[in-house]
Amino acid sequence: MSAELALLGPILAAMLAAATPLLFAALGELVVEKSGVLNLGVEGMMLVGAVCGFAVAVQTGSSTAGFVAGAAAGAGMAALFGVLTLLLLANQVATGLALTLFGVGLSALIGQGFVGIPIADVPELYIPGLTDLPVIGKALFGQDALVYLALAAVPAVHWFLYATRKGLILRAVGENHAAAHALGYKVIRIRFLAVLFGGAMSGMAGAFLSLDYTPMWAEGISSGRGWIALALVVFATWKPGRVLLGAWLFGGVTIAQLHVQGLGIDIPSQLLSMLPYLATVIVLVVISRDVARIRLNAPASLGKVFHPDA
Amino acid sequence: MTLLRLEPRGEASRAMVYATPLLAVALTLASGFLLFWAMGFDPVKALHAFFIAPLMSLRGLGELAVKATPLVLCAIGLAIGFRANVWNIGAEGQLTLGAITGGGLALAFYGEGGWWLLPLMIVAGMAGGALWAAIPAFLRVRFNASEILTSLMLNYVALHLLNYLMHGPYRDPDGFAFPESRLFEADAVLPLLVAGTRVHLGSLFALLAVAAGWFLMARTFIGFQIKVIGLTPTAAGYAGFNQKKIIWLTLLLSGALAGLAGLGEVAGPIGQMNPTISPGYGYTAIIVAFLGRLHPVGILLAGFLMALSFIGGEAAQIALGLPKAITGVFQGMLLFFLLATDVLIRYRVRFGAKRAVVGRAAA
Repeated sequence: MSAELALLGPILAAMLAAATPLLFAALGELVVEKSGVLNLGVEGMMLVGAVCGFAVAVQTGSSTAGFVAGAAAGAGMAALFGVLTLLLLANQVATGLALTLFGVGLSALIGQGFVGIPIADVPELYIPGLTDLPVIGKALFGQDALVYLALAAVPAVHWFLYATRKGLILRAVGENHAAAHALGYKVIRIRFLAVLFGGAMSGMAGAFLSLDYTPMWAEGISSGRGWIALALVVFATWKPGRVLLGAWLFGGVTIAQLHVQGLGIDIPSQLLSMLPYLATVIVLVVISRDVARIRLNAPASLGKVFHPDA
Repeated sequence: MTLLRLEPRGEASRAMVYATPLLAVALTLASGFLLFWAMGFDPVKALHAFFIAPLMSLRGLGELAVKATPLVLCAIGLAIGFRANVWNIGAEGQLTLGAITGGGLALAFYGEGGWWLLPLMIVAGMAGGALWAAIPAFLRVRFNASEILTSLMLNYVALHLLNYLMHGPYRDPDGFAFPESRLFEADAVLPLLVAGTRVHLGSLFALLAVAAGWFLMARTFIGFQIKVIGLTPTAAGYAGFNQKKIIWLTLLLSGALAGLAGLGEVAGPIGQMNPTISPGYGYTAIIVAFLGRLHPVGILLAGFLMALSFIGGEAAQIALGLPKAITGVFQGMLLFFLLATDVLIRYRVRFGAKRAVVGRAAA
């Protein structure tokens, strides 16, 4: 086997891992937006999920407990957002920004005693024979459980939204909350549950970063992934399957950038580090330029305040 | 069984517009009290160290003005955009670009400057910030791309660009491997305004921006268009207001002001280029804008309050060993409480079950 091909296996595996946090966060936000709520606080929920997951995993020695704690912490942050925007009718854009700013500070505060602490690696899948396959073995059969969980979440979210009654109601609420309310659906309750789900998924994404991907805690560990996830939802035109495509694309860009540095190509590393962000801008532009497509696919009530008496 | 209900007011309460920021500050202080107590600090002592002790000296008051300067400059621009529903959250990157372009001139003309250098740097700083903001403006107007996401992504790009420059072209040739530039020469540094403090010319620019921002919004047709577009885009469309022009204008304006803020930092208190120009001024300015009710005078007051949270955080870190991250928690909490209490402007809180309301204006 040639050297390039030998390199391809680890690159594929790393790409899938890099796509995982984006997948979690973007799928969660997709469900939130499908219910008509725009939560710009993904980055903040991710950070708090990352630090809480890490702290719990260090204290208990169990990474499973860490992931659960990360998801719970993300949901807790989301609950804050839900109370403000859904019960107190605050502006969703401003509240989402506040959630991110608050999450950045809170995670730094909680995490100050955990900087630089090592943590045991999350065990990876090993199937004799399959994992040892050349090139694709490690990528397909040698990841840890969360990578597979994120992949499984794609069809699960799709099935929920498009094949269940609850998913239909959630989409109806997102398209026209006044009509859904008139039909007797509990708009605020449904949206609150969607927001909690989104928070838990963002928290999972964060915990994956601090427990598995990096694995350690550092301030601002998500470095914009929450915002990239928000862009992915637009890129995917609110379709779960396309989120997967987008997440792989960004995983690919992230890993490619690291490997270009590794191959000794003479581009300053700081300039290469810009690539994922520039790629986000570019795909956003490519998708958004088709105004009709965005208008057809975006939930019609996205970001609008709902008050049953108004 | 609704115990607590929100009932729309006939019209927005003027009193609450002014009362809720104060209420939010009070709630933040109360939460801070609990937070310090929960962390095992003496809450009275901690709050004193955080919010009062820094103000007890001329130097401390000067620092307050120094920190308020970039916050107010950025927030004035952001608020004008927010009024038109143009959500520029890229002030941090625009500030960084202003420092890169303006500070770059100071380094380029090192040793051969003159009286003309500082004015040139100021213009270059504003141009750099405006240029960075022109990217999301162009992408929004031409390609319909959300300025929220593009302006935010450019924050990270700007930070990496600064990092690159500090490890390359901007690095002090005699500074070993440290990612710092040479110290700016005297003709590239903003003059101080008050002896014994670090208050510099930039603070005057911030005050000018407050006055100009007020004039623009309250006394000009452009300001009127901005407000109409923000409140009812459809009406603005019928009136024939050019929304694209307003997007360009608000983004360029806020970018230029943020760029000026960045130049003011490197040519002011920092006095050189380094990789950590801003402790998040561009993000905190978002809070300043909202806390100031998107009004220039309110922003000036809010800017001082947020500046206090920065220097209070540093002071409390030194005096009591409080973690510095508490600053961010306070800032986030304050914005949360403000957004939560703002419901009182348009709604009354009622207890008990719903009664028939006669003659209520449609909300």
